Amino acid sequence: MKIVVCVKHVPDTAEADVVITPDKKGIKKEGLAFGINEWDEYAVEEAILMKEKYGGEVVAITIGGKESEDTLRRCLAKGADRAIRIEDPALEGSDAYALAKVLCAVIKGMEYDIIFTGAQAGDDGFGQVGQTLAELLGIPHAALVTKVEPQDGKAKVHRELEGGLEEVLEIQLPAVLAVQTGINEPRYVSIMGIRKAKKKELKVLSLSDIGLSPDEVGEKGSLLTLEELYIPPVEKMAEILTGAPDETATKLAGILDERGLIPK
Amino acid sequence: MAEVFVLVEHRRGELRDITFEMLSGCRDLAKNLNASITAVLLGKNIDNFVEQLKSWADKILVVEDDKLENFNAEAYQRVLSHLIKERKPILTLIGHTSFGMDLAPALAAELGIPLATDCIGFELQDGRLVAIRQMYGGKVNARISFKTAPYMATIRSAAFKAEEPGLSAEVEKAPSPLTEEITTKRFLEYVEAAVGEVDITQAERIVAVGRGVGDYSDEKVRSIIEELANELGAVIACSRPIVDKGWLPKDRQVGTSGKTVKPKLYLALGISGAFQHVAGMSASETIVAVNKDPKAPIFTVADYGIVDDLFKVVPVLTEKVREAKGGS
Repeated sequence: MKIVVCVKHVPDTAEADVVITPDKKGIKKEGLAFGINEWDEYAVEEAILMKEKYGGEVVAITIGGKESEDTLRRCLAKGADRAIRIEDPALEGSDAYALAKVLCAVIKGMEYDIIFTGAQAGDDGFGQVGQTLAELLGIPHAALVTKVEPQDGKAKVHRELEGGLEEVLEIQLPAVLAVQTGINEPRYVSIMGIRKAKKKELKVLSLSDIGLSPDEVGEKGSLLTLEELYIPPVEKMAEILTGAPDETATKLAGILDERGLIPK
Repeated sequence: MAEVFVLVEHRRGELRDITFEMLSGCRDLAKNLNASITAVLLGKNIDNFVEQLKSWADKILVVEDDKLENFNAEAYQRVLSHLIKERKPILTLIGHTSFGMDLAPALAAELGIPLATDCIGFELQDGRLVAIRQMYGGKVNARISFKTAPYMATIRSAAFKAEEPGLSAEVEKAPSPLTEEITTKRFLEYVEAAVGEVDITQAERIVAVGRGVGDYSDEKVRSIIEELANELGAVIACSRPIVDKGWLPKDRQVGTSGKTVKPKLYLALGISGAFQHVAGMSASETIVAVNKDPKAPIFTVADYGIVDDLFKVVPVLTEKVREAKGGS
């Protein structure tokens, strides 16, 4: 089985202080830890599990600068066979549609049965690149995938719906499957894996290498324009209890007691 | 007159809340765009939906087809692209739900229409549509402009309030453009998450854990949380990352893809407060959050907050709760 997995190198902002840059178009990268997008970590694992079960090849692809090779190396160390990184100054300002065009240009000449992506990215959270890519390639897709069972040119796929419900469908391959977190247990990177990864191919391609012109990507080739970022206005804020843990916990217990929330 | 399309979302014989939120939430925008609101209803045996929707839109456009019985993004895409090409709505709104996330991106790409996903608001700037959406887990808002009209957007659940406008919609039936069976994708069945021994939706008090508790499979971590829950007579629930790691079963998950709870007390430990989680607990009577990050969005829904290491706070809290119980 030939498998492609699209990954993104993103900042971890879960517990970090996010500062908007003076041009209001981005956030300050200093002090932030970068790594593979959480959803993509599951997509990579699913790709490698498929290869281990059915044989074949896993190719990891990313769009980004040199620093995003950390994420590709991680994929290679886990078991991907080769990696491709697309970098070009003209890509600056690309929206999800333009990025899908880039991925399409890279992938359309390749052989593939399944293309895995994460269902969304932790930075911009568009959740649309995989499905757009499928449309551009002219193949079916499923988003928020929580289980995949390939069988004779098709796959039985579970999709996560709301309220603990899942939908089971049969989808023709090749297809794009945008993976939801929790679909598997991503493996750790082993020392052996890191050693092997050093010998694996990591190709860097520019726009002209993949047959796209600068006008097809970036702000020109996008359908959306980011006007500005701003910190959301706070409409309501909790009463913050201050002091050392002893004091805050005591205050909180007092409040819970007053409100009759401690069972007696 | 220009039209705004709102795609009606329904599942297993019921209209989904997002439908009413979109129909109600786009009224001002439609007025500013000089457009009327058309609820686009696709499905099979959907007469009862027509009745329920009548007071919510200017028009209901109905396409009935056996092939539209269950949601199939492929079938929906074909019908909607046909309708949009024919009627040229200025704006098409779809829920940013599992259904909409599967459907909207491919539909927009097919039509070459700009799509902004997961929107929480709109503005008009020099006659051009600007969408407000969140990034970086809700820490940043972005204003995104559409380069060309017509527009398409998916709307976050609960971003708008559903308030019935008391309209009386005209109903129009359109023939289904689906001539053949959809073969690329086939709906098989629905599966419910397994039900465990604890029903968190019935609990009066909930202690909920999130990513901030670290490794919840660690005995020590688990016992610190369980001790507090025991003293409070609370049930333990969690946010998504804990279920993803397999540390607690799916039926303990609070949020859009899990359960919606309304306990008297919701104590969130190490939960950042992504909107998917908040949607499942914001109706709780008293919400308390303990988190290291003072900017965590959970503090904007909580009544009381403590910005600290939860492992320093929780043991003292357990002790104080125990004292309070003994003291009466």
